[in-house]
Amino acid sequence: MAIKPRIKLDKKDAKKGDLVEVKALVSHIMESGQRKDSSGNVVPRKILNKFTCTVNGKEVFSADFEPAISANPYIQFKFKAQESGPVVLTWTDDDGSKIVGEESITVS
Amino acid sequence: MKLSINRRQMLTIGAGAAALGMLGLPVTPAYAKNDSDEAIAKFTGGKAPTAGRVKLDLPEIAENGNTVPMTVSVESPMTEQSHVTDVLVVTDGNPRAGVATFHFSPASGVAEANTRIRLATSQNIIAIAKMNDGSFYSATKAVKVTIGGCGG
Repeated sequence: MAIKPRIKLDKKDAKKGDLVEVKALVSHIMESGQRKDSSGNVVPRKILNKFTCTVNGKEVFSADFEPAISANPYIQFKFKAQESGPVVLTWTDDDGSKIVGEESITVS
Repeated sequence: MKLSINRRQMLTIGAGAAALGMLGLPVTPAYAKNDSDEAIAKFTGGKAPTAGRVKLDLPEIAENGNTVPMTVSVESPMTEQSHVTDVLVVTDGNPRAGVATFHFSPASGVAEANTRIRLATSQNIIAIAKMNDGSFYSATKAVKVTIGGCGG
């Protein structure tokens, strides 16, 4: 099942040097590995452990997540507009699969 | 021999037992300290961070520990010469200390990130920022949690 993240940039057209705010939300259980099911077995950990954001192929922000991040992780950060191009957000799951979302930005 | 214990003796025994409980074997704390110190030491390489420059924004009281909004920002010009490289966020009361590590660069423009975190109980949240010159800054914020957020 492909999960589609929700991504919002506060501006699509920016002047060079402007700060662009990114807000992103993705559906994920973020199973902490601490919880037990009804028969007392520990539910295995399954979280998105890595997040990266690249603008035109250059990394501008990244984060490592631990189980203490809430389910349906939300992330908000800023980057400095330098050049036009795709804004690609990637979340990496514990099982190695990736969730990718893309927006674009025009820098004048 | 008949063993008789009157009321006064009974009270003494009771008090003695209570005192033993307090002084004798170490009583397990309600919440054992987690690995936050180790996590911080690993991040800073044993250096003591200076308090300041880091701002942690969390509610004073979180009604639902399952999702507590958290903003961490670090005062820095974010230029090639002087910028924040990493920010570690840990808690001292969750089963595991780690929350997240944010990685910044001059391309970030500003060292600021917001996310939502889980807090199992009332506790301190600690953010430590690593600068590109190798110095460390920190901030601590206590949050009261009404309903813990680790399921169970």
